[in-house]
Amino acid sequence: MSEIANSNDLLVARGIGKRFGGLSALNQISLSIPSGAIYGLIGPNGAGKTTLFNVLTGIYQADEGTFELDGKPLTHCRSDQICALGIARTFQNIRLFGNMTAIENVMVGRHVRTRSGILGAILRLPSQRTEEQAMITQAQELLDYVGIGQHANQVARQLPYGDQRRLEIARALATDPKLLALDEPAAGMNDTETATLGKLLQKIKKSGVTILLIEHDVKLVMGLCDRVAVLEYGHLIAEGTPTNVKNDPKVIAAYLGMEVS
Amino acid sequence: MKSKVWLGLLGLALILALPFATDLLLGRSWVRLLDFALLYAMLALGLNIVVGYAGLLDLGYVAFYAVGAYLYAMLASPHLGMHWPLWALLPMGALVAACFGALLGAPTLGLRGDYLAIVTMGFGEIIRIFLRNLNITNGPAGIDLIDPIQMGGFSFGANHSLLGWDFPGIYSYYFLFLILTALIVLISHRLSDSRIGRAWSAIREDEIAAKSSGLNTRQLKLMAFAMGAAFGGVSGVLFAGFQGFISPESFTMGESIMVLCMVVLGGMGHISGVIMGAILLAILPEAFRPLSQFQQATFGHVWLDPANLRMLMFAVALIVVMIIRPEGLWPSPVRRRELLTNDDEKNSSHKAVP
Repeated sequence: MSEIANSNDLLVARGIGKRFGGLSALNQISLSIPSGAIYGLIGPNGAGKTTLFNVLTGIYQADEGTFELDGKPLTHCRSDQICALGIARTFQNIRLFGNMTAIENVMVGRHVRTRSGILGAILRLPSQRTEEQAMITQAQELLDYVGIGQHANQVARQLPYGDQRRLEIARALATDPKLLALDEPAAGMNDTETATLGKLLQKIKKSGVTILLIEHDVKLVMGLCDRVAVLEYGHLIAEGTPTNVKNDPKVIAAYLGMEVS
Repeated sequence: MKSKVWLGLLGLALILALPFATDLLLGRSWVRLLDFALLYAMLALGLNIVVGYAGLLDLGYVAFYAVGAYLYAMLASPHLGMHWPLWALLPMGALVAACFGALLGAPTLGLRGDYLAIVTMGFGEIIRIFLRNLNITNGPAGIDLIDPIQMGGFSFGANHSLLGWDFPGIYSYYFLFLILTALIVLISHRLSDSRIGRAWSAIREDEIAAKSSGLNTRQLKLMAFAMGAAFGGVSGVLFAGFQGFISPESFTMGESIMVLCMVVLGGMGHISGVIMGAILLAILPEAFRPLSQFQQATFGHVWLDPANLRMLMFAVALIVVMIIRPEGLWPSPVRRRELLTNDDEKNSSHKAVP
C-alpha cells in the first residue's frame, strides 16, 4: 500500500472512515492516485466502492480521515466546490437531466467554468453572448469527442442507454476536471460497447485527465488500469498494479473466489 | 416568415384594441377585470420562475405581492404623509421584495417538495399576520386613499380624453400593465434561455447530479426566490396604486394557491401557458356570475349562493382540466415530455428521430 504521498500523486486519501449507524462502510482507507493514471477500484457488491466515491465527491462527509487533490484539502467541501476544484463524476445509475437536450446537459457542466449572471442574461450583454456561443461550441465539441455529436438536440432520456452513459461522461468532462471519477460506466453494456468505452477512456487519459474507475468488468479493469485497489467490507485489502493484485491471494480468496487466467 | 410578421402585427393590434372592444361589448367592469388579469399574469410569471423553472414549490408567494403593495401604500398615501412617485417605488418594490425572497428562501434551502411547501406556506401566513398586527401598516383596517399611479404629470387614475374620445383611468392602467407584463415576459424568456436558466432546470431535474456538476444550488435557489419575488413586488406596487385600498385580507393563502393554480393550469415553465392560465382564472369566476341571474329568472329564487356556486364551478373546471391535461392547457415542449406516458414516449421518440 502506498502510504507515503508522492509529489506525482493527484489525489491522496488518508484514513478515510464512514459509518452508517452501526455499520462501518469504510474503514481506514488510504490511497494515492498518481497523476495521469487510470486507477481501478474493484471489490464485491457492498464493499464500499460507491460510498468511497460519494465521500470523495462531497455527497457524504467522511467521519474520519482527510483527502486532498493536488495538495488542496477537500475533506469538508460541498460537492459543487469539489467539482470546481477538479473532481467530476458519473453515477452508477445514470443521473442525467432527463428532459433537457444532450447539448444542454453538457452546457450545464460548463456552468462552473463560466461567469455570466442574471443581469448579463436579462440585458444580453456582449460578454454574455460571447460566453454563450463559446459554451455551445465547447459542448458540441465534447459531444463529438465522446461520439454522440449527432444527438446534440435530442432529449437526454430518449437516448439509447450506451449514449446516456457517454453523455454523462461528456457532462463531467465539461467541468474541466483533473480527476474523472466513473462509477461502473460499463454496467449493462455489451462487449462491443464496452470495447468502445475502453477506447474512449484511453483517449481521455491521453488528454491528461486522471481517471478513477469503479468497474465490475474484470477484463476491462485489468486491461485498462495502471493501478488497482481492492475493497472488501469497507477495508482496503490490496493495492498495486493489475498483475500484482490479480495474483494476491487475499484478493483471489475474497473477491474472485478462484484464480483468473 | 412574412406571414409570421403579419400574424404578430395582427395579434398586437388585437391586444391594443382589447380594452376598447371589451368596454363596448361587455361594459366597463370587464375592462377593470382585464387590468386585474394582467396583474395576475405578472404575479404568475414571477411564481413561474420559482415553481416552473427551479422546481421549488412555494405556497407563500403572495407574501411578496403584499410586500410590494404595502411598500407603495405606505410611501404614497396620507397614511404616513409621503407621496413618492412610481419611478422610484417600482424598482424599490422589486428590490425590497427580492430581499424578502432571499430572506425567506434562505432557511428553506435544505428542504424539498412537501416540506418546502409547508414552510413557505407558513412564511406567507407570518407576513400576513405581521401586516395585520403592526401599527405602521394600520393593522386589519388596511391602508386607504392610496395615491393613484402617477408618472411625470400623468395620473393613471384620472379620466383623460384622447382626440375627443373619453379615455378613463382603467384604459391607462391597461396599457401600463401591458408594457410591464411585456417587460416581465422578455426577462423571463431571456432568463430561461441562459446559463442561470439552464442551471435552474438542472436543479429541478436532479439536484444531486446538479451539485455534482458544480452548481452551487444554494446560491441558484436563492436567485430564483429573489427573482420571482421581485416580479411579485412589482405586481404588488401596481396593485396598490390601481386599487387605492389594501388590507391584509387581500393577501391570504387562498391567493397564493390561486396564483399557483394559474401556473399549473396554464403549463408550468411555459411563459405563454402561464399567461393564459392567469387570464383564464382571473376572468373565469366573473364569467360564472350571471348564473345567479339565471337562477333568479328560471326558478324565481336564488337557490345557490352565487359566490359559492362560482367557486364550485371553478373547482370543477380545474379538476377536469387537471385530469384531462395534467401537463397544463398550454405546456412547454419540455413539460409535455416530462408528463408523457410510456406509450406516448415511444411514439414521440419515433418522431424525434430525424
